[in-house]
Amino acid sequence: MSDSTVAALRPPHSRWRRVPAVLALGLLSGCKMVLFDPRGDIGAQEKHLILVSLGLMLAVVIPVIALTLYFFWRYRETNTEATYSPDWAHSTRIEVVVWAIPCVIVAFLAVLIWRTTHSLDPYRPIESTQAPVRVDVVALNWKWLFIYPDYGIATVNQLTLPVNTPVNFRLTADSIMNSFFIPQLGSQVYAMAGMQTKLHLISDHEGVYDGRSAAYSGSGFSDMHFKTTVTSRGAFDAWVTQVRAEQNMLDKPAYRTLAQPETPGQPAIYANVDPTLFDSVVNQYMQPTGLGDMCGPQARPTAGAMSMQSMKASAE
Amino acid sequence: MFGKLTLQAIPYHEPIIMGTLVVVLLGGAALLGAITYYGKWTYLWKEWLTSVDHKRIGVMYIILALVMLLRGFADALMMRAQQAIAANGAEGYLPPHHYDQIFTAHGVIMIFFVATPLILGLMNVIVPLQIGARDVAFPFVNSLSFWLSAVGAVLVMMSMFVGDFAATGWVAYPPLSELGYSPTVGVDYYIWSLQISGLGTLLTGINLVVTILRMRAPGMTLMKMPVFTWTALITNILIVAVFPVLTATLALLTADRYLDMHFFTNELGGNAMMYINLIWVWGHPEVYILILPCFGAFSEIIATFSGKPLFGYKSMVYATSSIGLLSFFVWLHHFFTMGSGANVNAFFGIMTSIISIPTGVKLFNWLFTMYQGRIRYHSSTLWTIGFMVTFAIGGMTGVLLAVPGADFVLHNSLFLVAHFHNVIIGGVLFGCLAAITFWFPKVFGFTLNEFWGKVSFWCWLVGFYLAFMPLYVLGLDGMTRRMNHYQDPRWQPWLIVALCGALTIAAGILAMFIQFYVSIRDRDAHRDTTGDPWNGRSLEWATASPAPFYNFAHVPAITSLEQHWDDKREGRAYVQPADYEDIHMPKNTGAGFIVSMFGLVLCFALVWHIWPLAIISLIGVVGTFIARTYDRHVDYYVPAAEVERIENARYAQLTEVA
Repeated sequence: MSDSTVAALRPPHSRWRRVPAVLALGLLSGCKMVLFDPRGDIGAQEKHLILVSLGLMLAVVIPVIALTLYFFWRYRETNTEATYSPDWAHSTRIEVVVWAIPCVIVAFLAVLIWRTTHSLDPYRPIESTQAPVRVDVVALNWKWLFIYPDYGIATVNQLTLPVNTPVNFRLTADSIMNSFFIPQLGSQVYAMAGMQTKLHLISDHEGVYDGRSAAYSGSGFSDMHFKTTVTSRGAFDAWVTQVRAEQNMLDKPAYRTLAQPETPGQPAIYANVDPTLFDSVVNQYMQPTGLGDMCGPQARPTAGAMSMQSMKASAE
Repeated sequence: MFGKLTLQAIPYHEPIIMGTLVVVLLGGAALLGAITYYGKWTYLWKEWLTSVDHKRIGVMYIILALVMLLRGFADALMMRAQQAIAANGAEGYLPPHHYDQIFTAHGVIMIFFVATPLILGLMNVIVPLQIGARDVAFPFVNSLSFWLSAVGAVLVMMSMFVGDFAATGWVAYPPLSELGYSPTVGVDYYIWSLQISGLGTLLTGINLVVTILRMRAPGMTLMKMPVFTWTALITNILIVAVFPVLTATLALLTADRYLDMHFFTNELGGNAMMYINLIWVWGHPEVYILILPCFGAFSEIIATFSGKPLFGYKSMVYATSSIGLLSFFVWLHHFFTMGSGANVNAFFGIMTSIISIPTGVKLFNWLFTMYQGRIRYHSSTLWTIGFMVTFAIGGMTGVLLAVPGADFVLHNSLFLVAHFHNVIIGGVLFGCLAAITFWFPKVFGFTLNEFWGKVSFWCWLVGFYLAFMPLYVLGLDGMTRRMNHYQDPRWQPWLIVALCGALTIAAGILAMFIQFYVSIRDRDAHRDTTGDPWNGRSLEWATASPAPFYNFAHVPAITSLEQHWDDKREGRAYVQPADYEDIHMPKNTGAGFIVSMFGLVLCFALVWHIWPLAIISLIGVVGTFIARTYDRHVDYYVPAAEVERIENARYAQLTEVA
């Protein structure tokens, strides 16, 4: 990218003017940057969308840059051969054209935006012959809890998914806002306390993909990353069975312990999860008198004090 | 007695901070010593600190901005150094609690205490001169505005040595910025420094709107107003419209933190999403507040140095106005990933891309201003060309981020960081530096050194591309912003390149200060004797350089858009009038300075919950203000003979040059 921009900065020598566009697109799609190496349909559509939008805009931006440099060079003071029109400041024809060009580009973009914003809406379920897997995500300070409500299991900082199967995420946060993001699979969505958001992703390649929080959430934020393992359906089912054979329970008291600030978050697995846990986390701030052990304003200062202690600890 | 303030608030154990403190104390002592040694206290107080002259206030704004640029840039270097080494398990040299304060302070300082004062300073200096006014509408308020901004900056600097600063990111999203998760005074410093400087900005906005609407020279209709003044008008209307939103939003956050309320908390029905919406209702127009006057400055520069009028003046006015209007309908593009419906996201995405239409028109109009011109390769022209190329790229990546489907993967990534630095450095900063070079002689009476100006330009340009193109790549590689350390070793080479870019920019900043030094040293060789060093086109070039404190001996009558250019062409320029009149001018006052100093103490007391001190300083603020309202001696007349003496000297000099 930087090379292409440097190329774009050089004074244009007529026939080389198109080179930067080709270079830019070539470099962008050629590199192994993860957004250009998607492993699922959503990510692939978003890569395509980025390239189409960029191409559409480069069609104007490159000529503008080239003309800027050309006029700057052509009409330099020392070039007395160039025409000098010291009073020329208006041309209706040119004005119409310069308003029309960006209008046309934006008209194309607007159609593109309207269509893709609906087709890529994170809330839109993915159509597939496979039944979706449901995963409930809780952003903790500073680690990710993944609950598989269909299997009654849960994991921390490791997400395992079957390939070619739509995944329906529901997201929330225990306290501070985060953004749940697996770059190679596509869209991110915020995880916010007391609220539930949704995200639908799918992967078409087995592999291990990095996931992280994309919204800064305090001192442990940088360690809030996790591995997403996409396996065959058989391997996934075997993994579920294996997790179920473990002893760990995740009930509400265990969740409260787990939710204490920690950095970096340690991976964990739970064979048995309280089926109402996710809804209780989402609703915890709605019932100041109900689940006293879960939540409520009285729990907050503790969390704050903890985060302060961990800040101090990391300072020393 | 001291509220939450104890000796523990001073971070003795932080060698970087203590080292900085020593440097600041030594530098401060040297400065104060020098002022005392040369006996300049009276001069400083009478001519600068209490000045209500719009030009001097403008200069003080710009000095404030340049000082704060050094602090904000030091933060940037520290962040780039941290990310260049903290790869693959390495922790780097900055622990998160320190690093998080640095990136927060960097953003706050660069927006509120560098870009904003630069813009306010330039508008202060130029607008009254361009419209033929003797000062702004409310000179005392102008002085007050500046000092309120300055004490906001002082408060941010104090937070480094006494207590801490917010570690929340520059827009301080709750719930992280709430008391439960940010229990220290950092966020309180953030709130009060923004509140007090925001108040100053709002007052300046009102002041300049009234000045432009009410104080134009006779004959200057709105469509005969120079384009810089047009952009200033729209910017100040935006300031008046949105800064109250910032004030209200921060006041609600303050109520949460100080009065146990729950506007944005998780519990008891608070809603953090409301804060995020409100802060961007202010935040998006804010970026247009910063960029529009720069568009105006580029327009003036490109026309002047091409030796042609600006192409499509009317288009420019309509484009500027429509950008101002559209800037209110795009705020949601800062959080497409919050889970809004597709219709809402699509609406805001389309509205955002529509802004690129008037912006694109502006680029084309600058292009056709150069077309068939005679372009002088002055350093202000270089900044303008550098801007046009860089801003085209930044605008494009901005529209890409406005496509919700693309933003779902680019949001909060380093691609976003690269984008907004691309438009803020390539647009606002290049614009302000071009404008400083362009208008410097009007204020100081001599031109800036060209060699060092060009060195500075090339360092900034190359440094910018080296520092931020790698961030675009990293954003596409999935790297998110505000990371203290990271696992992926592939990112490190790019971040090392970015560090080199930051160091190149450092050379550019150094070159700029050398430029100031060399120019002041050699000022006699570069005197602007005519008042019109660039063969200018608008009214400010008709008066002397440095402009006399009353700007114009006679308020000029305006008959055309490019008044000075047409006067020169038709031989009407530089004709000395036969007689002079007494000139009505505002008197200097220390009230603005004193109110702001009490304001500083008040904010400090509020940060640390020192209630008795807060009450005393509040009484000081209100009392000084009331005392000022009883001061009837706020103006005076410059006798016609004095004006004639000053003007005679000017015309004698003009004859000598001719």
